[in-house]
Amino acid sequence: MERDEEQLLAELRKGDEEAFCALVRRHTPSMTRVAMAFVSRRAVAEEVVQETWLNVVRSLDSFEARSSLRTWIYTILGNCARRRAEQEQRLVPLSEIAAAEASGDELGVSRDRFFERGRWAGMWSTAVSRWEDLPENRIVSRELRTTLLEAIDALPRTQRAVITLRDIEGWSPEEVCEYLGLANGNQRILLHRARAAARSAIERYLEEGTD
Amino acid sequence: MLTCADIVKLVTDYLEGRLTPTERRRFEGHIAICPPCRGFLDQMRTTVEVVGGLREEDVPPEMEEHLLTAFRDWSRDE
Repeated sequence: MERDEEQLLAELRKGDEEAFCALVRRHTPSMTRVAMAFVSRRAVAEEVVQETWLNVVRSLDSFEARSSLRTWIYTILGNCARRRAEQEQRLVPLSEIAAAEASGDELGVSRDRFFERGRWAGMWSTAVSRWEDLPENRIVSRELRTTLLEAIDALPRTQRAVITLRDIEGWSPEEVCEYLGLANGNQRILLHRARAAARSAIERYLEEGTD
Repeated sequence: MLTCADIVKLVTDYLEGRLTPTERRRFEGHIAICPPCRGFLDQMRTTVEVVGGLREEDVPPEMEEHLLTAFRDWSRDE
């Protein structure tokens, strides 16, 4: 456990409301996206997240800090989400859903953008623009943030969970595979498709902006 | 020889360091002579950076209220 986390835990145990609210705000959006991998509907996912936080509060005293606070919270989230999916008889193993989402031969970029046949078959037939309009520090406009979050929300559920944990939350591939029960190869295909969709969303946004 | 479409397909495996040394050499060989693919690789790297900055701090107000009440009750009972 990191030092910051030790301090945070001490604050929580003392009943520090500000620390609690900050923790809830910090994790709730990603937790909701991840819960939607298990239960699919957003409203149900929000209930699962709420139940998770209530469990966290009740177990704060017994948390032994053998894992990080984050890992512990996400473990509770996974348990709540699976239980809920089971109750609704919707518990299809994520590995199965993921395998279906990872199947097929998708490039991640429309095939129209490449020459189909002849000497240049498979080579770009359209320009690939330089994204010079994006600020160097990558702090993008509110509008682009919204566009991108909408694109992520529109992804199939395991792709959404994978890009959330890998790229927004910064988990390692191994952590994501273990948490979601995915084979590493499928995890990479899902990540590829999700990132490709995000890339397309940025591209569309920048092209519309220059009209 | 890899096509540009192959580069698109392999880009995540490349960024994840999952290509074999031979594949990696072929990938980088293509990138070295193909400006559009270099642009595409840049775009993918940028995408990862931009998505990495998307963390939100948004919680439905009723949920936050409810959780705060639960937290308050819990800490009072301690």
